[in-house]
Amino acid sequence: MPRPGGPRGGAPEKSKDFVGSMKKLLSNLKPWRILLGLALILAMASAILALISPNKLSDLTDTITKGISPNTEVLQEISKKMSANFTEEKMRQKIPAIMTSSAISNEEKQLFTETMTTISSTDNKEDATKLMLSLPDSIMNELLEDINIEGKTISIKDQIEMLKLTSKMGDKTKTEEGLKRIDQLPKSIYKLVKPSIDMKKVKSIALFIGTLYLLSAIFSYIQSFSMATVSNKFAKSLRTRISKKINTLPLKYFDTHETGDVLSRVTNDVDTIAMNLNQSLASLVSSVTLFIGSIVMMFTTNWIMAITAIVASLIGFSFMFLILDKSQKYFAKKQEELGNLNGYIEEIYSGHNVVKAYNGTKEAIKEFSDLNTKLYDANRKSQFLSGLMQPIMMFVGNFGYVAVCIVGALLVMNNHITFGVIVAFMIYVRLFTNPLSQIAQAMTSLQSTAAASERVFEFLEEVEMKEQGAITKHLDKSKVKGEIEFKHVKFGYDPSRTIIKDFSIKVKPGQKIAIVGPTGAGKTTMVNLLMKFYEINDGDILIDGVSTKELTRENIHELFCMVLQDTWLFEGTIGENIKFNKENVSEKEVWEACKTVGVDHFIKTLPGGLNATIGDNDSVSQGQKQLFTIARGMLEDAPFLILDEATSNVDTRTEELVQKAMDKLTIGRTSFIIAHRLSTIKNADLILVMNEGNIIEQGNHETLMKKKGFYADLYNSQFEMTGE
Amino acid sequence: MLKLFKDFTKKDLLYIVICLTLVVFQVWLELKMPDYMSSITRLVQTEGSTIKEIAEQGFYMLSCAFGSLISAIIVGYFAANVASSFSASLRGLIFGKVQNFGTEEIKKFSTSSLITRTTNDVTQIEMLIGMGLQMLIKAPIMAVWAILKILNKGLEWSILTACCVLVLLITIGTLMIIVLPRFAKVQKLIDKINGVTRENLSGIRVIRAFNAEKYQSNRFEDVNSNLTNMQLFNQRCFAVMMPIMNIIMHGLTLGIYLIGAYLINAANISDKITLFSNMVVFSSYGMQVISSFLMLAMIFMMWPRANISAKRINEVLDEEISVVEGEFTGETKDIGTVEFKNVSFKYPDADEYLLKNISFKVNKGETIAFIGSTGSGKSSLINLVPRFYDATDGEVLVDGVNVKEYSAEALNNKLGYIPQKAVMFTGTVKSNVSYGENAKKEITDKEIKQAIKVAQGTDFVEKMEGKYDAHIARGGTNVSGGQKQRLAIARAIARNPEIYIFDDSFSALDYKTDATLRKELKKYTKDATNMIVAQRIGTIINADKIIVLDNGECVGQGTHKELLKSCDVYKEIALSQLSKEELENA
Repeated sequence: MPRPGGPRGGAPEKSKDFVGSMKKLLSNLKPWRILLGLALILAMASAILALISPNKLSDLTDTITKGISPNTEVLQEISKKMSANFTEEKMRQKIPAIMTSSAISNEEKQLFTETMTTISSTDNKEDATKLMLSLPDSIMNELLEDINIEGKTISIKDQIEMLKLTSKMGDKTKTEEGLKRIDQLPKSIYKLVKPSIDMKKVKSIALFIGTLYLLSAIFSYIQSFSMATVSNKFAKSLRTRISKKINTLPLKYFDTHETGDVLSRVTNDVDTIAMNLNQSLASLVSSVTLFIGSIVMMFTTNWIMAITAIVASLIGFSFMFLILDKSQKYFAKKQEELGNLNGYIEEIYSGHNVVKAYNGTKEAIKEFSDLNTKLYDANRKSQFLSGLMQPIMMFVGNFGYVAVCIVGALLVMNNHITFGVIVAFMIYVRLFTNPLSQIAQAMTSLQSTAAASERVFEFLEEVEMKEQGAITKHLDKSKVKGEIEFKHVKFGYDPSRTIIKDFSIKVKPGQKIAIVGPTGAGKTTMVNLLMKFYEINDGDILIDGVSTKELTRENIHELFCMVLQDTWLFEGTIGENIKFNKENVSEKEVWEACKTVGVDHFIKTLPGGLNATIGDNDSVSQGQKQLFTIARGMLEDAPFLILDEATSNVDTRTEELVQKAMDKLTIGRTSFIIAHRLSTIKNADLILVMNEGNIIEQGNHETLMKKKGFYADLYNSQFEMTGE
Repeated sequence: MLKLFKDFTKKDLLYIVICLTLVVFQVWLELKMPDYMSSITRLVQTEGSTIKEIAEQGFYMLSCAFGSLISAIIVGYFAANVASSFSASLRGLIFGKVQNFGTEEIKKFSTSSLITRTTNDVTQIEMLIGMGLQMLIKAPIMAVWAILKILNKGLEWSILTACCVLVLLITIGTLMIIVLPRFAKVQKLIDKINGVTRENLSGIRVIRAFNAEKYQSNRFEDVNSNLTNMQLFNQRCFAVMMPIMNIIMHGLTLGIYLIGAYLINAANISDKITLFSNMVVFSSYGMQVISSFLMLAMIFMMWPRANISAKRINEVLDEEISVVEGEFTGETKDIGTVEFKNVSFKYPDADEYLLKNISFKVNKGETIAFIGSTGSGKSSLINLVPRFYDATDGEVLVDGVNVKEYSAEALNNKLGYIPQKAVMFTGTVKSNVSYGENAKKEITDKEIKQAIKVAQGTDFVEKMEGKYDAHIARGGTNVSGGQKQRLAIARAIARNPEIYIFDDSFSALDYKTDATLRKELKKYTKDATNMIVAQRIGTIINADKIIVLDNGECVGQGTHKELLKSCDVYKEIALSQLSKEELENA
């Protein structure tokens, strides 16, 4: 069975009462509430950690950014101190020293005096500095002195070098060229200028974020682990309950409901519930937490930005929901077309012989290609539409990002917010948009969970068979004589339509009752009543004078040995099938039963003997299977016997064997035989002739033949000849 | 798998090329976005940048995002088209092939398996193509492109990213190795739980009669526990996946920043800014690399399933058809004759013959019947006439011409075949009875009514809502077995064939209906030849010729009376059904 929906999304089934179903589902989850609660709390915790970490990450970025720009203030301080030595006054004080210095050449001395005169005559300080800088190093050595900054001494030589590098720089400290010049600064100064990242802080933030991630991962692992546990244990308990429920429902339920229906509740529906519980519930909780959390964080940070982010995302989302809404129709159409095509394929494949023999191939191919084209069209559209979701989501994310940046920048200019706010919002926008689509997804899958659980609980709440706690009487199998009496029995499957009206017979121990009639005449009704599979409407059935109403169903079943026409065997060994639920049956007894039935030789030819398994396509024929079920009945050894004769499909020789085995079964038992072949029941003590649900005639063979009624007609028809 | 892709049409291929181009374009746009993103970030962080500058960068980024959206939509459109047209044509191909299959091939694959192959298996491949056209193309391009962009931006970061990819792949790989084989087991256990439940439901009367509810519950619980434990194990393993993914994704960003901090700290002042922006860019591209590897991993998770499906489909498509139709459509000298000349038959793979050296001839208007125990070969014999199988040796002649020489249509026009299990098609009573084509004119309403009357169906059909236009549900579930059988017989009658083939078609009918039906049929189709496989002596007692089969050999041939005297096997069968005096009375 293909899972409905699947990752590409199908039409979610609508539940009749979503809230009611979810409530019921949750109340059924009670035994696991601690684990479930833990999982949901951890999902929330994990989401909250996810909300914190972006802030910390932007802290980390900030810390790194702070360590990038060079410490240009140091340069300014040095120049300031240097220029303190460059005042006219100071320079004049130095004149004698310079003039007497032997390290300075005469031309240099000449230049110095010229410069001094120009400086004193000009008011322009900048020009003065420029002139001073053009002085040769030897003079500079005399003019300057070592500077002390932040405890470091900067030599005159380094000062001069710096002066040379920075003088040409002007204002361009932040350009790349300027930075390259800074890199060339003498070591003593470079050390001071070079920025350094606060590595201690970086490490501690990184450690913090790392811990957050690790915690979040551990939380989410524990969460998934517990959800997997809860959902699977829950699924198991549901399956167990359904399987137990099967035993407590009246047969009427199964006669009026299809097997496939119950089956799909056990597997598909329970699977859907388990899968969605596992995936959606936790994701819904964490998405909602993220969603609300990010809104809260946004509004506490800045409301204008928050509104920007939300509006920008909602524009995108409304567009998405529009598409989602439109696409529902195509999903439903696709499911429908797929169903039609599958049905058609199944029909044509299983009727292959007829299609071929009636020259139906052309028609089949034409019809198929019609259906195929329809599916293609619906498929194409729904696939396209469901494929749109992800790209649109991405775009919504990006759109929100840009909107936040622009509005943020505007606010920054008006000094309403700082840069950090924008950076934080860039992350909030993403945190806000992602959970929305997850919530949408979780909701659709919860929708189908509700529909599935509705079906499961509907089954679990079906009306069960009558309580039998008040019953105290018990008939002992070994002491029952085998007398049965129908007293004015009235019965109808549908209470308003009685099909057995006032039926009375008395059967003595060891008698043989045959039930005959055309197919569909309601012969199984008798089995249903005898076995108390159905309750009679009026009258009474008595076993050894005890009303069956006063006996438990189990007690009645114990008294009957039943062999039905549809040979029911389960997947297992032949031995297990014959022994069935009877404990304390030795292998010898099983062989004995097989021998009586006459199937022992066959079993011995199989590999493994009694341990040979019965599968679908084994070499065990229908007739042999029938023999196994007779052997099973043999072991039961009950005072009453219900026997449904083998029909066609059994080859004549095995049929004879089956007949013999059945005859052996009837010895010493009060038997009810549903007959298909009239020759075998001629010696029955009583023949019940049924038609259209009613018992229309009763008596032995002779009386019925004399009556020249339905039975006589039926009997004679088997000799009627073609072309008479 | 690749073999199937050969069936792409030129249009599909064009679409695929368009998709490919657009995906490249899309990747280009998506990889451009981090650039704009970082320049927006830089502008926002720099004092003095104007709104205009930011808006400009924002506009570029949005244009990229929009372009990527548009191209994703177009790719999605083409991908949906290619995937669904591919799956539609693949389904058509399989269906057509199965139509040409003989019974042998159908049996070999089994009907239910063929249905799954035509539906579910095709869907698997369709999903792979649909996803593949978007992800399979995108992921490697994205990965390679993103890697190229960051390759020269820092060895340390590249090593870290490579490590992350490696850890990711190892995690997914290990999970797959552990979990994948268990997935197959889960499927088997689900089948098993279905099986046990089905048993419990189908055997509900037996189980209750034996008070074996507890026994069956225990059997159910065994499977239930096994299934739950297996599922629990799988899902608990998978619970590791998401946290590890998250740790890797987030850890990568954190790692890049941490390494970045050290690198920047150690670098020259002039290199710091470049390093910083490299770091920002690297963290976003590194994420792209990781996510494209994730996408690839997802495709690889889908691949094995799709591959198995492809294999199963190819098995059907490559199957050689054993029964090839001939060309003969002309007039035949004889009419209504069937002759078997020394026919032997065995299934192609079997060692033993199912039919050995069978010869007989039946003429126009005669009835020939086949009887024998199950496995005696009577159904196989009759199946050779409409060529569900071909005789291994010898010849089967219809109207004097070997069946192998007829075109399928010409042969089928002569035959009216009624299977043991009646087949109904969704539609109406009318559409079921007039089913198929024959060379003659269309079947009129009057003929349909007549056919149903002969098949003893008038009573129940006229009681149905809508009478002859009454709806027949899928599989004929709204009519009983006996009613279905009568409609199936009416279908053959409406065709008015030369030769009727009844493959045990009467056993679902009660004696009375069986007898009247045959009487009416004989009256209605005086000239038609009847071939009847039967279980009941009563059904065939009056045939012109009865062939008694035992283990594939013809052990008796003659009328009922003759065979009672001469053929022990026949006598045995007859006595098992009727008593001595009954036989004599008859």
